[in-house]
Amino acid sequence: MLVGRIPSKLFRATVSSCIAIACAGYGSAVASDGLARVIADAQPKMVKIHGAGGVRGLEAYQSGFLISADGHVLTVWSYVLDTDHLSVTLDDGRKFQAEVVNADPALELAVLKIDATDVAHFELAASVPANVGSRVLAFSNLFGVATGEEPSSVQHGVLAAKTRLDARRGTFETPYHGAVYVLDAMTNNPGAAGGALLNQNGELLGMLGKELRSSQNNIWLNYAIPIQELRSTAERILEGKFERAREAPPLAASEAASLPGIGIVLVPEVLERTPPYVDRVLAGSPAAAAGVRPDDLIVFVGGTLVQSSKGLREELARTERDAPIKLMLLRGQELVEVVLQPREAPTP
Amino acid sequence: MKSGRFRRLDLLLLACLSLAGWSSARAQAADVDPAVLEAEAARVAVIQRASSATIAILAPGGQGGGSGVIISPDGYALSNFHVTHECGTAMKCGLPDGKLYDAVIVGLDPTGDVALIKLLGRDDFPRAVLADSDQVRVGDWCYVIGNPFLLATDFRPTVSYGIVSGVHRYQYPAGSILEYADCLQADAAINPGNSGGPMFNADGELIGINGRGSFEKRGRVNVGVGYAISINQIKNFLGHLRGGRLVDHATLGARVRSGENGRVVVDDILDESDAYRRGLRYGDEVVRFGDRDVASVNGFKNALGIYPKGWRVPLSFVHRGERVDTVVRLRGVHREAELAEMMSGPAKPEREPGQPGRKPGRRPPDDRKPDGPQPDDPEAPKPHGKPAGKPQALPEIVKQHFVPKPGYVNYFFNELERNRVWKSFVARGDWSAHKGAWTLSGKAANRDAVQFSLADEAASIKLPSGELKIELTGSLVERREPPQSGGLLVALSLWRRLLVVGPEAFGELTYLGTEPLEGQEQLCDVLVGSYGQVDCRFFFDRAAGRLVAMEMFPEEDTDPCELLFSNDAEAHGAMMPHTIEVRHGDDYKQVFTIDEFQFASEPSPPDGD
Repeated sequence: MLVGRIPSKLFRATVSSCIAIACAGYGSAVASDGLARVIADAQPKMVKIHGAGGVRGLEAYQSGFLISADGHVLTVWSYVLDTDHLSVTLDDGRKFQAEVVNADPALELAVLKIDATDVAHFELAASVPANVGSRVLAFSNLFGVATGEEPSSVQHGVLAAKTRLDARRGTFETPYHGAVYVLDAMTNNPGAAGGALLNQNGELLGMLGKELRSSQNNIWLNYAIPIQELRSTAERILEGKFERAREAPPLAASEAASLPGIGIVLVPEVLERTPPYVDRVLAGSPAAAAGVRPDDLIVFVGGTLVQSSKGLREELARTERDAPIKLMLLRGQELVEVVLQPREAPTP
Repeated sequence: MKSGRFRRLDLLLLACLSLAGWSSARAQAADVDPAVLEAEAARVAVIQRASSATIAILAPGGQGGGSGVIISPDGYALSNFHVTHECGTAMKCGLPDGKLYDAVIVGLDPTGDVALIKLLGRDDFPRAVLADSDQVRVGDWCYVIGNPFLLATDFRPTVSYGIVSGVHRYQYPAGSILEYADCLQADAAINPGNSGGPMFNADGELIGINGRGSFEKRGRVNVGVGYAISINQIKNFLGHLRGGRLVDHATLGARVRSGENGRVVVDDILDESDAYRRGLRYGDEVVRFGDRDVASVNGFKNALGIYPKGWRVPLSFVHRGERVDTVVRLRGVHREAELAEMMSGPAKPEREPGQPGRKPGRRPPDDRKPDGPQPDDPEAPKPHGKPAGKPQALPEIVKQHFVPKPGYVNYFFNELERNRVWKSFVARGDWSAHKGAWTLSGKAANRDAVQFSLADEAASIKLPSGELKIELTGSLVERREPPQSGGLLVALSLWRRLLVVGPEAFGELTYLGTEPLEGQEQLCDVLVGSYGQVDCRFFFDRAAGRLVAMEMFPEEDTDPCELLFSNDAEAHGAMMPHTIEVRHGDDYKQVFTIDEFQFASEPSPPDGD
């Protein structure tokens, strides 16, 4: 009995101090007006993204937010972007065809571009770090609740922890192993990935990550990736420095690398944009020597993102065959980097 | 098992911890800004007040239940259709003070997932104040109070709080019912058992009735996305619900789709709809409906979803480049038989209520439930085919408040409302004494003298150009004289009939609910009846009890003959309208000014009855 009661007093004391903090945060009517203003300012910067999916529990939508006046959108890198029919809907209902400018699978980040000018946006440079205990607002189009000009959903919560996602290796299967903000709100629902995490002053803190469930206890994690982790890559993409070298002309066939040359057979190309999954690796080939395996997804060739079998072939056609070729592979949920050494020049 | 020594050590440690907790809390209390403490105290008071009107609803036999909220001192309370459906006619309601009351079902709105019940045995129940939910903004604080997981065995409700995450949300129906149009979305925890319970604003006013969450793959527990039916929508249906009715939602009689640039375009339209008669055609653009601009299909569904069948609502559309502003009468979504089936049919619709309806083309329901159904989950799927209202011995007090009648949820309340309206109307005059022929003499708008003679068997209108007379025996369907009026003489005769014979003898006269008069904001009490195979609707001012208008429909799907009564003044001891405006369709309009009412003292031949 006693044991039961003592902690309950302790609990009550803690709860009442939390309530006090909440009141100090934005409990009064005036503060609530402030909250409404912060939300109204942020909504025009949020976008709804529609793309691939819609089958077998894979939602065909996700969230994102504008990071330049010219229509650059920051979002998570996912299968949703893997289509030629990617659309971005602004808060005012305007719908645009979008292109993936570039992506960084290690950060699970992608930057999209739409043909818009003078749009409301977040300045990455103005983002701030946040401390544990901060009150936060999460903006996203979770469950695809909003369509057209309907505003994104807003949730509130507290930043519960700052930690690294790989702190419990094997628990959360994700290629991202950097720092995360863990939230006490149910933010990371279907479609919420790519949403924005703000503090109560409307300053950008982070981007909501993909759904993650602990393999040990089936608990879903609610988290955001701090902008500090994403900023330099996103800015390099914005500046074009992260731009893939797609303008480079193909090399002469005799100088260029090729799939048979490196010893990889891809899965049959049944779709216009079949993802470049490895079907077979030829014995004794550079790919076999480097440890490429069937079912690996080829994500990068050198520094260039490839999104389809066709894209991979084109990229290889621009790559010298007599130099080492760096491939980034997605194996299950792990990113694996391999270097393919060129074949010995045939002795005459 | 640990040894005793270890346990003592644990206790000591806990005691130290608790001391630390207390002292830090005390130190904090001293430092806390008084404004914070005030805000905290205010919040506690708001929650206490709001909680007092929140009820736990328990199905007879302890098979599930949910939450509800009392909205009047005499015990009317709101809940969800999918909660009371489990209960049938009678249910038990627990108040936060621990007392249990019998309650009876009053009215149901299956499409909107709303139920009205009445708690019995008191006339001083604590009640919630209804807010204007159109004023709710994203970011506003909200409290969700109720009985999640049927936790509270002492009926003291659970409180969760959050912010409003979205307003004017649209959530697809399951089949044709449980459509959450124009609803509120909040991140306050809404779990099974919260269904039917209240969502309050920061001032403790009722903004909505919780009923649904986006539960998809994480089991049927809160995922931070819950939905409440807006209280403003419920206000539109409240009159119908109080009338013991099974109410229906509305359609325009037209289907719309997204056109280019976010336009909302008519894709299909029924020829017999009022919208068609008002000129809406295939391909027209809908620009405004009700009190809202329409910018998307969801926006249109939201605007439409808040209205009951039969209401007349302003509509603006663009037809061949020209804007048309009109008022249309809305059709019902369901046939009456379909609705009746919902009330008596299987305990659950095809899909679990509380589950989001799935958009066409979206993935099939994901049946993986990591946690499995909770044993105490009141919304967990139950075997199909279980009769909803299986024979139950009704408590005596419920029996006294329940009259079954086909097409009604509880006819007892229909009679109650009809009698209330009639009682306040006859305070303005006793027409039952004037059973003889009535003569109304006055002028038409063009100053021509006009005289109406209204008797039991015949009616006539006399103008300088001549006299027109109709018989009032048999079917009145084809007697639409004078030409173009849609049946002015029949309408006037039935008006007289209601006044003279009263609601009992008129012929199937019931309480319909509340409706606005031709697009006005003010709601009227409406009585509906039929006589001589024509249908009539009588509109009463709710404050004064005055009869302000009537509509006479010779047939379904036609424009009625409308009479608008005004300029009431006393004549022979009763208040009589000295101005009667007549309308039919878009083109016919006449205003008669009545100077003199004559009531023949005796009915010419005595009435058959």
